[in-house]
Amino acid sequence: MWGYYVGLALRSSARSKALTTLVIALLAFGVAACMVSYAVFRATTSDPLPSKSSRLYMPQVDNFGPSSSAGEPPTNLNYTDAVALWQAGKASRQALVFPTTWELTSGERMDSSMSLGGDAVTADFFPMFEVPFRFGSGWAPQDDTRHGSVAVISHRLNDRLFGGSNSVGREIQLDGKMFRVSGVLEPWNPKPRFFDVATLGPLSAFDDAGDVYVPFSRAIDLKKAPQYDYCPASATDAGVTDWEKYLRSECVWINAWVELPTPTSAQGYRDFLRNYSEAQRQAGRFTWGPNVRLRNVTEAMTILHVTPKASSLSMVVSASFLLIVLVNVVGLMLARFMRRAPEIGIRRALGASRGAIYRQFLTEGATIGCVGGLVGVGLTLLGLWGAGGLFEPKIARLVNVDASLIALTVLLAIAATVISALYPTWRAAQTQPAWQIKING
Amino acid sequence: MAFPNILMQFRPIVAALTRHKVATLLIVLQVALTLAAASNALFIVATRVVHLSRPTGTDESHLFVIRNHWKSGQNATQIDANLRADIAALRSVPGVHNAFSSEAFPLEGGGALALGLKLTAEQKTRPKLSLVYFADEHAIDTLGVSLVEGRNFRADEIAALGRYDKVAPPGIIVTRSLAQKLFPEGSALGKTVYLPTGPVPIIGVLASLQGAYAGSTTRSIDEDSMLLPARSLDPDGVVYLVRTDGTSMTTVIDAARNVLQERGGIRRIDPTEGVITLAQARDDGYAADRSVALLMSVVCGLLLLATAGGIVGLSSFWVSQRRRQIGIRRSLGATRGDILRYFHIENFVIVSGGVALGGVLAFVANLCLMSVYELPAMPLYVPLGAALTLWLLGQLAVWGPARHAAKVPPVVAIRTA
Repeated sequence: MWGYYVGLALRSSARSKALTTLVIALLAFGVAACMVSYAVFRATTSDPLPSKSSRLYMPQVDNFGPSSSAGEPPTNLNYTDAVALWQAGKASRQALVFPTTWELTSGERMDSSMSLGGDAVTADFFPMFEVPFRFGSGWAPQDDTRHGSVAVISHRLNDRLFGGSNSVGREIQLDGKMFRVSGVLEPWNPKPRFFDVATLGPLSAFDDAGDVYVPFSRAIDLKKAPQYDYCPASATDAGVTDWEKYLRSECVWINAWVELPTPTSAQGYRDFLRNYSEAQRQAGRFTWGPNVRLRNVTEAMTILHVTPKASSLSMVVSASFLLIVLVNVVGLMLARFMRRAPEIGIRRALGASRGAIYRQFLTEGATIGCVGGLVGVGLTLLGLWGAGGLFEPKIARLVNVDASLIALTVLLAIAATVISALYPTWRAAQTQPAWQIKING
Repeated sequence: MAFPNILMQFRPIVAALTRHKVATLLIVLQVALTLAAASNALFIVATRVVHLSRPTGTDESHLFVIRNHWKSGQNATQIDANLRADIAALRSVPGVHNAFSSEAFPLEGGGALALGLKLTAEQKTRPKLSLVYFADEHAIDTLGVSLVEGRNFRADEIAALGRYDKVAPPGIIVTRSLAQKLFPEGSALGKTVYLPTGPVPIIGVLASLQGAYAGSTTRSIDEDSMLLPARSLDPDGVVYLVRTDGTSMTTVIDAARNVLQERGGIRRIDPTEGVITLAQARDDGYAADRSVALLMSVVCGLLLLATAGGIVGLSSFWVSQRRRQIGIRRSLGATRGDILRYFHIENFVIVSGGVALGGVLAFVANLCLMSVYELPAMPLYVPLGAALTLWLLGQLAVWGPARHAAKVPPVVAIRTA
C-alpha cells in the first residue's frame, strides 16, 4: 500500500512540475542552511573529553573583590591560590596549567632556533586529561616538587628532532636549558583547547595544542611569564617590581583543573573552596566573603564563551529561515492538495476512508520531503565546502561530514514536510465526496 | 478617476479573501516572518559593515609591522642596544618614511598594556582604563596620526622599560576621546593624571588612534589610547612599526627583513607571520564581522527568493481555482486590465497585512537579539525599507500569475469544468 502511495505521489508530482520543484527547492535550501549552521555549531560546541568531562572541574576563587569582579570570580587563579589549592590536594587529581612559549635551540647552532608553543603543567595533567603517549610517559609527581628538568613533547616535535624514533631519555634545549624527554605524545589535539583557554582567551579556543610540556614548578623558576594575565584595577600598583612580587600579586593567569569522581566529592570540594576563601578573609587578604565557583568542563566552556558568536548567530538565523520555508511549504502543499479535490472526492465515493486519505497525502509529503532532503544533502555539502569562506579557517577545518549528519539532513527534511503537510492533509480529508462529484458532473 | 476606482475594488477583494482564510493567513505570516528576519539580518549586515570600516586613525595603507622576538640569554642592556640599532637601521632603509618600536600595534587584536588613569592620587573609584602604545619622538610621524594640541615627545624623554620597571614618565600623549572622558569640561592639555607609577602631565592630544584590541569585538575603550614615552625591553620581543613613503610595500618589507637579517643571530622573525601589513591585520581582525555580514546577506537573499516563490505558487493556485469567476467577470464586461489590477491589489492588501504584523515581530526580534549580541536598537527606516522591498517583491511575484489570469477568455464562464 505504501509503495502504491509513493507511486501516486510521484505521478501527481509529475503533473505539477513547477509547484513540486518549488517545494523541493525551498525544502532543500531551508534544510541545507540549517545543517550547515548545525555542523559548524556542533564542531564549536563539541565536548573535548567526552569520556570524563563531567568529572573535571575548574575551580574559581574571587581574589579581585566585588568592586572589580562584578560578582563573577575571574576564570584564572593567581599564583598564590593556584599553588595553595594544588598543595592542599583535596581532589583525586589536580592540574595547574599555563601556556608558555619556548625557544628551542639545538645546542651547537644558535641560528637554527625556533619558537615552540606549549604549556607548563603539573604531573597530573597527563593522566587527568587522558593524554595518549607514543613513547614513555609523563613525569612523576616528585619531578614537580624537585622542579625537575623534564619535558613531554608532541609527536610532531619528535619527528622533527629525532626522526620519529623513541627519544625518551634524550635531551632537548629550551631557552638554553637542558630538559630530559620523559615522554612523546600521540597526536593529541582537543577541540576546543579547553585546558588553557581561560588564559589564552576565546579567540584562541580552536588553536592547535602545543608541542612541549614542562613541569609547572620548573617554568616558574625560569620566570616564564605568561603572555596574557589579568590584574585587578588596584593591582597595577607600583608594588610589582620583580618576578617574586609578581608571583605574590593578585594578577590571575593560571588555569586550575581538578578531577572529582562523584557529585559528593564535587560538593566536598566546593565546601573546601569556600573554607579556603573564608580563611583568606580571616588572614586579612580578602575583605569580602567567599565567592567561589566549581564548574565542569561544559559549564566552564560556556562561561568562557568558547563558541564563536557567528556560529550561534547563524544557528538562530538558519532556524528562522527553515521556519519561514515551512510556512511557505504549508501554503504550497495546501494548493497542491486542494487542486486534487475532485480526485479525492472520487476516491472517497469509491469507499476510501478518511484514514486512507490521510495515509496517502502524508506519504506524499514524506516522499517530497525525502527528495528535498537528498537535494539538501547535496546543498549541505556544497555549503560546508563554502564554509571556509564564511568562518575562520581554523574553525572551518573542524567541520566534518559524517553519516549521522547526512541521515539527520534527510530526517529533518522528511519531518519538516510531514509537519507542513498535516494541515493540508486534514483539509483534503474533509473533502465532501458528493459535493465534489456534483460540481464536476 | 483611477484612484477612487481602485478604492472601490478593495471591498470585494477583502470579501473574497475571507473565503480563503488559511491561505491568506499563510501568505501574511510568510511576509511577516520574512520582514522580521530580513530587516534584522540587513540591520546586522549594516552594523557589521560600519563596524569593520572603523578607521584606526593611522596611515594604514603605508604601515607594516615586524614582530621581532629576541633570542634568550640577552640582558636588558644588550636588548636596549639591539633595539636602538634595529630602529636606526630600519629608518635608513630606502623607501622607509619612519619607524619606531612598541609593545603592540593597531588592529593586533590584543597584546597591549592597559593602564588605569586616576584623576587624583586618592581616587577610590575604578580608574579610567586606557590602552597603551610604547612610543618615541618618531611615533606620531610613523603612525601618521595628527597631534591636535600640545607637543610631541623629545628624544631625551624616552625611557627604557623592562617588564617590571616602574618609571614615572615625564608626560603622556592621549587621544581626544580619552581626553574628553577624563576631562569632560575644558582641555586636558597640561592636566595631571595619576598612573600606577605616580602623577604625570598630559603633554599632547591626538585627533584619534585606535587601541590594539579593536576588531570584531567592540570595547568602549577602543578609542581611548595613549602614547607612553618608552622603549620596551621585554625579553620576549618587541614590534617594529614601519611607515613607507609610498613605494611598493613588498620591496620595502624585503629590504627591512634583509637589514634585520644582517644581525639575525640575536633575533627570530617568523618567516610567514613575522611581518604583517596593517591591511592584512585589518582583514584578520575583522574576519568575524565579514563572515557574519556575508552569512546574513546570503540568508536575506534566500529568504526573499523563498517568499517570492511562495507568492508565485499560491497566486497561480488561486488563479487556477478562480478561472470560472474570472470568466464570468470578463463576460460581464471586465477588461483584462481590471483582472490584472484585481490580482495586484489583492497582493498589495495581503502583503500590507504581513508588513503590519512583521513590523511588530521585527522589533521584538531586535529586542531579543540586543540582549544576546552586541546590537544597537534598530532604527525605523530598516523595517520600512524591508517593507518597501516586500511590497515590490509581492507585485513582481504576482505579475506572472496575474497575467495568466488576465488571459482567461470570457467563454470559460459558460463551459463546464
